[in-house]
Amino acid sequence: MTEHRPVLAVIGAGPAGLAAAVAAAADGVRVVLIDSAAEAGGQFYRQPARGLGARRPQALHHQWRTWRRLRATLDTHLAADRVTHLSEHHVWCVERESGGFTVHALIGSEQEESVAIRAHGVLLATGGYEKVLPFPGWTLPGVVTAGGAQALLKGGLVLPGRTAVVAGTGPLLLPVATGLAAAGARVAALVESAGPRDFVRHARSWVAASAKLVEGAGYAARLTLYRVPLMSRQVVVEALGTGRLESVTVAALDSAGRPAPGTARRIACDTLAVGHGLLPHTDLAEGLGCRLDGTAVCVDDEQRTDVPGVWAAGETTGIGGSTLSLAEGHIAGRAAAARLTGAVPDPRAWAPAARARTRLRSFFTALDAAYAARPARWTEQVTDETVVCRCEEVTAGAVREAVGTLGAGDLRTVKLLTRAGMGWCQGRVCEPGVAGLAGCALAPARRLLARPVPLGVLAADPTEPVDPTAPPTPPTPPTPPNAPNAPNAPNAQ
Amino acid sequence: MVVGAGMVGAACALYAARAGLDVILVDRGPLAGGTTGAGEGNLLVSDKEPGPELRLALKSATLWGELAQELGTAVEYEPKGGLVVASTPASLTALTDLAAAQRTAGVTTVRVPADQLHELEPHLADGLAGGVLYPQDAQVMPTLAAAHLVRASGARLETGRTVTRVLRDTAGAVRGVRTDRGDILAPAVVNAAGTWGAEVAALAGVRLPVLPRRGFVLVTEPLPRRVRHKVYTADYVDDVASDSAALKTSPVVEGTAAGPVLIGASRERVGFDRSFSLPVVRALAAGATRLFPFLEHVRAMRAYLGFRPCLPDRLPAVGPDPRVPGLFHACGHEGAGIGLATGTGHLIAQTLTGRDPELDLTPFRPDRFPEEAAPWIP
Ligand SMILES: Cc1cc2nc3c(=O)[nH]c(=O)nc-3n(C[C@H](O)[C@H](O)[C@H](O)COP(=O)(O)OP(=O)(O)OC[C@H]3O[C@@H](n4cnc5c(N)ncnc54)[C@H](O)[C@@H]3O)c2cc1C
Repeated sequence: MTEHRPVLAVIGAGPAGLAAAVAAAADGVRVVLIDSAAEAGGQFYRQPARGLGARRPQALHHQWRTWRRLRATLDTHLAADRVTHLSEHHVWCVERESGGFTVHALIGSEQEESVAIRAHGVLLATGGYEKVLPFPGWTLPGVVTAGGAQALLKGGLVLPGRTAVVAGTGPLLLPVATGLAAAGARVAALVESAGPRDFVRHARSWVAASAKLVEGAGYAARLTLYRVPLMSRQVVVEALGTGRLESVTVAALDSAGRPAPGTARRIACDTLAVGHGLLPHTDLAEGLGCRLDGTAVCVDDEQRTDVPGVWAAGETTGIGGSTLSLAEGHIAGRAAAARLTGAVPDPRAWAPAARARTRLRSFFTALDAAYAARPARWTEQVTDETVVCRCEEVTAGAVREAVGTLGAGDLRTVKLLTRAGMGWCQGRVCEPGVAGLAGCALAPARRLLARPVPLGVLAADPTEPVDPTAPPTPPTPPTPPNAPNAPNAPNAQ
Repeated sequence: MVVGAGMVGAACALYAARAGLDVILVDRGPLAGGTTGAGEGNLLVSDKEPGPELRLALKSATLWGELAQELGTAVEYEPKGGLVVASTPASLTALTDLAAAQRTAGVTTVRVPADQLHELEPHLADGLAGGVLYPQDAQVMPTLAAAHLVRASGARLETGRTVTRVLRDTAGAVRGVRTDRGDILAPAVVNAAGTWGAEVAALAGVRLPVLPRRGFVLVTEPLPRRVRHKVYTADYVDDVASDSAALKTSPVVEGTAAGPVLIGASRERVGFDRSFSLPVVRALAAGATRLFPFLEHVRAMRAYLGFRPCLPDRLPAVGPDPRVPGLFHACGHEGAGIGLATGTGHLIAQTLTGRDPELDLTPFRPDRFPEEAAPWIP
């Protein structure tokens, strides 16, 4: 930081991070854009790895033009050295220090080495991750997350299977189903547990609603084009197969949200892409001590968190799709640049983005309520033998026992009693399921390390090198000869 | 009536119920939601110098052994033993002197010469001066232990209920507690509120200066068992016994039944500061990798923190409060509340039922701290 321009570290190079980076760079700050992927784009604009020779990646992308414009602007800033893009940097901790921040990131695919990046401000654009609720058979090979299937399609152009069922709830299922079909899979069904009546408040059919929110492209038309049967107000009650997925049982939901008797039927498939919406990624924000509202980071009109010098934008502040992320990123980038250069930001500078933000946020709040309404009774379908935490192999029965006989009433106690969420994924996959089964709120887990870090990396502090000549344990400072002992201490030495 | 459903409250509930009392256990949060769910489960005699705490630890170790017959696997009891190592000849001398004194006090100790350390711990660093093995050191999983002790006690557990006042009759004796959800009447109230023991004491109008001492723990990815004992350096004993508010970080390293290696814990007095401290966690990692070099390539999966309940002389408050008839204290166990819980519960049950306590409670008297000088008196 020998330069006089202030440095803003933008973490996450999806729509929010990219919009923030180009806006801040244009307003006179030096931007370091940090992302774990090899290419900028995030989940939404995920890029096929170079060398795979994808001829028409746009076939899998929406808003291709927005992306191209962003990418071109980014390239200009990169060339002018106003933005540095650190790809394959996996941030594990953002440390607050006097006068700024240090971002610690493991590098490369090995993640064995760490670098420290100093910045005056930090902008968190870490996006969201997929929520998957457990059901019998969900751990069979062949069952993938909807986002995982989409990532495979966009990133590697690999077709995960031949006959697919897409199931769950939420707007992500539509692009996944059409994406799989476009890539040549036979999509046997799109099973959505929400139904038209959940969307009466919007007075439009749910397909239209979903289509509009994702990007306005004609999903309904595309579903028809690819002959994907849309089954709304239905659920996958079980995934079946010996050794790997062979079929799923699908049933219609009754008015109480339970599978209606006599409606179950089998659909043969070798891939089940399942998703139940998204959750904000908040690990870094939590480590920094930012206030959360439920599961999302709290921000003000300037996208500031309550920690000075930390902004947040995009799905880390609440799930709302790429257009809302772009708007929030733009506002955050401009506001941060103004504050970091010592100016008072003028909201008029981002008025159009602010209008879009207001409109999209209220739309998504209503939409979220509609999707969240179903399936209300999913926990009843989860048998005691169903594994809910894959890493630690914890069953639904164990979770129920922790609540029933051992008296756990919150997610943390359930985790401590059962080990659910203590494994590799640190609860990122199983937490919503475990919370639902336990009947308690999905509280943020306060993960102080955003990803696993080798102890050797922790031990060898790059900024304050550990003295290699020191004896095996740091010497304790000698006690002053007449240090006052506590009065009345019976065994004071 | 026990206030606080941590490890100590759970043990009080169990022994009081077994002594024939009707027990209600109240906690404002969930079970084990205080320090019990944020610490480790070392049951150590090795880190204690001869004196009242060691006597309590030895009694507790025996009681834990008995409970293990009933609940052993459920609470993940493991009598794995502790290995304390010394890096220099000077610290080895200090360690063996301590071990000799502990032996006189009833602790089993086995000297381990430098060339035999690797037989006990094959992955230990080279070049250490020697060590002492403490076969009585054991371990439990604290949250499971608290939950199973409460369950075995048959006590009524009321979580999510905050005690807001200790009710006293005209003669000043305890007659129950007021909570945010109604009064609970009982002739005896046990303050097992751990780090918040000062607040509960204040609700009864007495002073008990419990302060938080923060600790971080690092947890690694699951590994096949490579660390067999609880292993730590001799400096740890000094850290535990230290009065200082400054950071102490000589770690205890141990494998767990579930696979991960636990590295803990730091000690510092910074109030109830919940923010993450990278320097502290780095120091823990550095200490652990110096003891076990193979850990350098092992990943830390998570870090967590808790606040130990610490009284100025680092001894707990256990027994009746002479200032308030009917009020009992069982809190302030610093970094040993899991280990000392059984002995504490046992002694509390004895005093609750009017019997003579098996150990002398004088060193643990809750009124041993002088009242703060009233500032308005010149
Ligand atoms: C990092 C770390 C590592 C540790 N490692 C070990 C170890 O290896 N071995 C060991 O023996 N000890 C260890 N300890 C210490 C041990 O965890 C504590 O000594 C022990 O948990 C204290 O138990 P407790 O029941 O007294 O307190 P807590 O578990 O804190 O329980 C007190 C309860 O009181 C409740 N409460 C407070 N006020 C009220 C009120 N007004 N109304 C109702 N309820 C109230 C709280 O909600 C809380 O649940 C460690 C501690 C830390 C922080």
